[in-house]
Amino acid sequence: MFKRPRRRIPSLNTTATADISFMLLIFFLVTSSMDTDKGLTRQLSPPQQEEHEVDMKVKERNVLIIKIDEHDQLTCGGEATSPEELTERIKTFVANKDNDPTLPEQSVREVNFFGQCAVSDRHILSIQVDRQTSYDAYFQLQNAIVAAYRQLRNELAIKRFGRPYSKCTPDQRQAIGMVYPQRISEEQPTLAAVESDEKGGGR
Amino acid sequence: MKRMFKRREHNMPELNTSSLPDLIFTVLFFFMIVTHMRDVDPKVTYRVPQGSEVQKTGHKSAVTYIYIGRCMPGQAQDDLALTDGKKGKFFIQLNDRLATIDDIKAHIEKERASMNSEDQTRMTVSIKADRDVPMGIIADVKKQLQQSMALRINYSATEKE
Repeated sequence: MFKRPRRRIPSLNTTATADISFMLLIFFLVTSSMDTDKGLTRQLSPPQQEEHEVDMKVKERNVLIIKIDEHDQLTCGGEATSPEELTERIKTFVANKDNDPTLPEQSVREVNFFGQCAVSDRHILSIQVDRQTSYDAYFQLQNAIVAAYRQLRNELAIKRFGRPYSKCTPDQRQAIGMVYPQRISEEQPTLAAVESDEKGGGR
Repeated sequence: MKRMFKRREHNMPELNTSSLPDLIFTVLFFFMIVTHMRDVDPKVTYRVPQGSEVQKTGHKSAVTYIYIGRCMPGQAQDDLALTDGKKGKFFIQLNDRLATIDDIKAHIEKERASMNSEDQTRMTVSIKADRDVPMGIIADVKKQLQQSMALRINYSATEKE
């Protein structure tokens, strides 16, 4: 008489949960962006007091003057050139494989993994731009410089360690960075400043 | 006779969709992790240059952006325009508003203060500038960055095919 009828627990209707999560998904797709930011990373030199600025005396053979004029014409050591040619030119300039007296001096230093080794730590790439130069021309110049150093370091890494620079250990990269340090002096239209890469990291 | 051939009525079995939300949640979490929120409304238009040596910029939390480009139509604020050269007016955008070169220092200081100590040491300033921007503006911006000790900079670009 008192026996209750057996009841089933009603199940929750979850058909709409999918729609709700779809809505969330679409909201995130719309509000977020997936573009990965890429670019050339450079290190600026610390600020200098203007009165402390002294003209560094450097030998003429150690300097490669790279200029872009207001019409975006690239000149290297007085000759008109293109970014691709500039990369080759910087490579021969920095490496100075045959110890040419017109190319930069090299000094012998003790470097990890290499022992006593001639390093090109006296060269300077001097960049001079006009205030009217377009950013694109300047960027192509920076790109050419980065390409030159990367290729040089890569060649050395493959020769010495048998693998590309990007696959080397931090110690090996540092050693290569000591052989080919980036020494770039950037003369700004208003204030001269040196952009250098002390740790040899950069790239 | 008729009764004999009558088919039994079949009920269409229901599809079990109870795990469908889980599936979509997984996709949602994937997107939340790989993407980042669009943090600024662009007020300037720019076309970054193309290069062959570009690489990814490091940690998102340590990157600050400076946009330099032409103004979107209808938002011109002529008092902020930079006209260095013959190629027209260019504007600098910091966060959500247009700014002048002198605002950069304060902006960098503010950004640096909001970062944790680990990010402060590897702070990078990414310059997203239009191809036609004259170097005078870029040089001024770089000088400001130098003075506010934001020395790691990144020239934003796209990879050349």
